[in-house]
Amino acid sequence: MLLGVDTLSVSIGGAMPLEGIRFDIRKGEIVGIVGESGSGKSLTALAITGLLPLIGGRVSAGSISFEGTDLTKLSPRERRAYNGRRIGFITQNPMTALDPLQRIGEQVDVVSRLHLGLPPHAARARTVELFRQMRIAAPEAIAEAYPHQLSGGMKQRVVIAMALAGEPDLIVADEPTTALDVTVQAQIIHLLAEEVRNRHIALMMITHDMSIVAQLCDRVAVLYAGRVAEVSDVRALFAHPAHPYTRALIDCIPRPDMARGALTGIPGAVPAVADYPSGCRFHPRCPRATDLCRTQVPALVTDGRDSHACHHSLRDTHG
Amino acid sequence: MADPLITLDGVTRRFDMPRRFGQPALSMLAVDGVSVRIARGEVVGVVGESGCGKSTLARLVLRLIEPSAGTVTFDGTDLTDLSADKMRLARRRMSMVFQDPYSSLDPRYTLEDVLSEPFRAQGLKVPPGRIDELLTAVGLSNRLAHAYPHQLSGGQRQRVGIARALALSPEFMVLDEPTASLDVSIQAQIIDLLLRLAGERSLTYLFISHDLGLVSYFCDRILVMYFGRIVEVLPGPKAVPRHPYTRALMDSSFVPDPAARRTLVPITGEPPSVHTPPPGCAFAARCIRASDSCRTTRPPLAETPDGAAVACHHPIA
Repeated sequence: MLLGVDTLSVSIGGAMPLEGIRFDIRKGEIVGIVGESGSGKSLTALAITGLLPLIGGRVSAGSISFEGTDLTKLSPRERRAYNGRRIGFITQNPMTALDPLQRIGEQVDVVSRLHLGLPPHAARARTVELFRQMRIAAPEAIAEAYPHQLSGGMKQRVVIAMALAGEPDLIVADEPTTALDVTVQAQIIHLLAEEVRNRHIALMMITHDMSIVAQLCDRVAVLYAGRVAEVSDVRALFAHPAHPYTRALIDCIPRPDMARGALTGIPGAVPAVADYPSGCRFHPRCPRATDLCRTQVPALVTDGRDSHACHHSLRDTHG
Repeated sequence: MADPLITLDGVTRRFDMPRRFGQPALSMLAVDGVSVRIARGEVVGVVGESGCGKSTLARLVLRLIEPSAGTVTFDGTDLTDLSADKMRLARRRMSMVFQDPYSSLDPRYTLEDVLSEPFRAQGLKVPPGRIDELLTAVGLSNRLAHAYPHQLSGGQRQRVGIARALALSPEFMVLDEPTASLDVSIQAQIIDLLLRLAGERSLTYLFISHDLGLVSYFCDRILVMYFGRIVEVLPGPKAVPRHPYTRALMDSSFVPDPAARRTLVPITGEPPSVHTPPPGCAFAARCIRASDSCRTTRPPLAETPDGAAVACHHPIA
């Protein structure tokens, strides 16, 4: 096991927007973290990348084990050996990851120099090679360019190259294609999958889009309102989801065979942390909810690597 | 189509770029000779990527911007020819839902103000009970009439944007990526609402989107735009694309089924410069089927009897 997240809770001020998160990632795996805005996906990413202090948050319970080391127990100084080096991070908006005043090549070079100790000319050769692997045309010229001279898709390729430069074992990507055109999104998804396979590293892909999960991921963790709804292998998840929330998320994407009127969405919206309901937090939006769901928090039932938290699992009906 | 509600004929829009010292004057053709007819009650989709001209086309149809050439006819009247007064009257019959429900609502207006504005702009009184009726029609509680936009979620704001577009009971609505900034769960709610309203109120829609999967679900007919031109017309949601660009769009649109993963054919190259369009097909530099003729001669939009049309020298059979 490369990464093990165990009963992780995160606090910001007096609130606990993330509670009891549990899933793991093996080497070579692509794991999707999925849910609507406000479900806790990005907070999970910030906890793993050690960036919670940036938003005034902290891990209040549980552990994040990376190859046996509990990252939550490390000092900020010890932690630095992981960020960028062992764990690469790709943010949603490539513009926030790139310094507008610095040439693109220098920004990628610094990763190899800092984390791999390469001299400047070797670092640049490596940057150009990474750009070539990202299918960036004229990589030497692009290395001399500034971020504003590049298209959104090209900038995201640079950010991926930057994340790969430290030779990480795990890449955390937070909705890396949301800001991109569909054909560019498809190219980036394809490129990410290829790099993960070729390098035998792991990818944690955060998205709200079940069609990206279906296309890319081996395993999936579905989060809702700060808790785990379901963790499963991707094929089992789509064929027989256990949690009604998972079913609802899948049904939000139009399929070619779908009759008009079949796409209805999920009624209501994800509650804010201050308004989390009692019992199962999905119950006000759930078609299967009963009194039990309104009063009792469903336990996270574990079966091997899979788990789900629902009083009326759809899988019970499937037998 | 005997009696189309809307007819675009050779609609073109050129934008001049600010001239820089010592540089030649630059302009770009955002929309280049678009001709299309939309029947009453039809839901027509326009699909394409950033910069293809789809939002400019949306604004040209409502004459929010003036065309450089061509005409827009609405129910037999040439809109491009109308005086400001007559245009204002014509506007009662058409409206628009904008992409961003955050920037398209004035933060200082209550929902009642927002929904009264279309009447005020036309010098009309708000009919009694109309605000409540509009809020109810889009699935919002009438208790929200005195709320401000910041008190609403993104999905609720877009419902307000739709209610505003419905205010004057238009026949025709342009929907400019109304769900692009929303979560998929909320997107599905809004699409469901728009379909229901179209049925209840016999509306005609022009739906602008970058998402071919969504357009195929929602629309009766699909126009595919690339580089300011219509490159393909799909006569129905299940029609098989014949233009290599439409095929690339389709392959890029993932399906929520791991057993039906897309095999991606990488698109090479970049779109051409908007200032120096190539003489031939604009997609040629990125197209695996391109030949010499594609690079030199622009393929015309060739119609077939079933209503399909494709602008390609080597369409997929």
